[in-house]
Amino acid sequence: MRVASPIVSTAQDAAAFVRVEGASLHYRGGEEGVLALKDTDIAIRRGEFAAVVGPSGCGKSTLLKLISGLNRPSAGRVVVDQTEVKKPLKIVGMAFQNPALLPWRTTLENLLLPLQVVEPHRRQFRRERERYIERARALLAKVGLVGAEDRFPWQLSGGMLQRASLCRALIHDPQILLLDEPFGALDAFTREELWDVLQSLWQEQHFTVLLVTHDLAEAVYLADTVHVFSNRPGRVVYRCNVDLPRPRNADMRFTKLFVDHVHDLRAQISRERVTP
Amino acid sequence: MKWRRALYNASPWITTFAFFVVWEIGCRVFKVPTFLLPTPTDSFKALIEYWPGIWPNAEHTLITTLIGFGIAVVFGVMLGVAVGASPLLYKALNPLLIGFNSIPKVAVVPVLVLWFGIGTVPAVITAFLVAFFPISVNVATGIATTEPELEDVLRSLGASKLDILYRVGLPRSLPYFFASLKVAITLAFVGSVISETVAANEGIGYLMLTASSTFRVPLVFAALFVIAAMGIVMYAVAAAFERRHTTWATRGVDRTPFGSG
Repeated sequence: MRVASPIVSTAQDAAAFVRVEGASLHYRGGEEGVLALKDTDIAIRRGEFAAVVGPSGCGKSTLLKLISGLNRPSAGRVVVDQTEVKKPLKIVGMAFQNPALLPWRTTLENLLLPLQVVEPHRRQFRRERERYIERARALLAKVGLVGAEDRFPWQLSGGMLQRASLCRALIHDPQILLLDEPFGALDAFTREELWDVLQSLWQEQHFTVLLVTHDLAEAVYLADTVHVFSNRPGRVVYRCNVDLPRPRNADMRFTKLFVDHVHDLRAQISRERVTP
Repeated sequence: MKWRRALYNASPWITTFAFFVVWEIGCRVFKVPTFLLPTPTDSFKALIEYWPGIWPNAEHTLITTLIGFGIAVVFGVMLGVAVGASPLLYKALNPLLIGFNSIPKVAVVPVLVLWFGIGTVPAVITAFLVAFFPISVNVATGIATTEPELEDVLRSLGASKLDILYRVGLPRSLPYFFASLKVAITLAFVGSVISETVAANEGIGYLMLTASSTFRVPLVFAALFVIAAMGIVMYAVAAAFERRHTTWATRGVDRTPFGSG
């Protein structure tokens, strides 16, 4: 069983794997552009499951782009594994609300896509193809997609697509998994199923997760630490350690501790929504 | 439900046949003079009678069209990829392309004749000019509508723009490309025939011009039939190509017009 660790209170925590230090991001466009993030501090330990919640349009997704290196902050910096992020990291996997699988590829071929792009797999792809296919099949089996390998995305349900998208994000053994509301468009039952799928993948493979969500129960159920974002321009205004034991299960969601956490977060977000 | 299926399959033949029947009856009932509108039977008679004269011209037009179309495919794809992959190029070239496409190509033919003389070259160029635009626009659309999420996934893995174009943009634009071929091939016929009617001494357009100047109107219509037939055949070829290469886009269901043709 895994127990949540003490709270990470400042981004100066030198041991943290992912550190966002006073990062701001100003998007150009329009008269003055948009300030999406302002002075954001976040620290995530290696192997930690972190969640970010906040009002819609508060720059949560922007945070993911900064950490993955897709965007550079206009001020402050992002440090991953003691190195400042200046270009795409190549050690991250990403999944979004839109599964965005390639419709001309089967599920299996979709999973192979990252391996055809990222080094060092890209170089060995032809030689190691059989091994990669085995790896993809094993991963699909873990998320319950046996039998879907040779089917096309349009032959899969929303939940299956999201499972496949999760697999695509993990096929190259990334050290960081960045999730942007991946379960937002699913029905409640499928969503809860996928929470458990994600939890067991994470417990097995020990990657670091940053999950962006607007579902407070999802954040509390999955995360070690929940960061609450303010209204735009977004920054972290509240942190909360979720000290529920692992693995978490559906029954836990009706315990007082769980409900108290959700209440607490809910109150913080309400406050954010009122004061602009 | 078997007859329903049969009706579905026979429907293109039935409508085509009915069209000619109505035309035939209309001409006979209202006693339309042949030099205004010949009956289909007159036209078909002319087709058979003048076939030895029609065929070389038709062949010439077909080759002219295919050459122009071929150039249009190559150029159209290159332009479409460039414009679709680069927002800067898109912005920069857009007004010029739209303006250029708005010019009636009939107006360009005299200029082409001035440059290249009367004959095949202006016809090839006109076919090319009319046909490349839809190809470019479609290919560019296919590439430019790549999902931003997918781009993020790949870019975060260190994929270059070229990688994304090769793995996502190009395959994505294939259905758009094949759809545009069907439009482009018929337009290419329009282009080459227009040019031939203005300035040529060979080809089906030239044949129509000479036939109408001597009031051999059934021959004009016979020539029109030949153009239409060639258009249908080439369209069917393009549609067959489309079907073979983009089953994923139609999800295995054949919804393309003239799909079974």
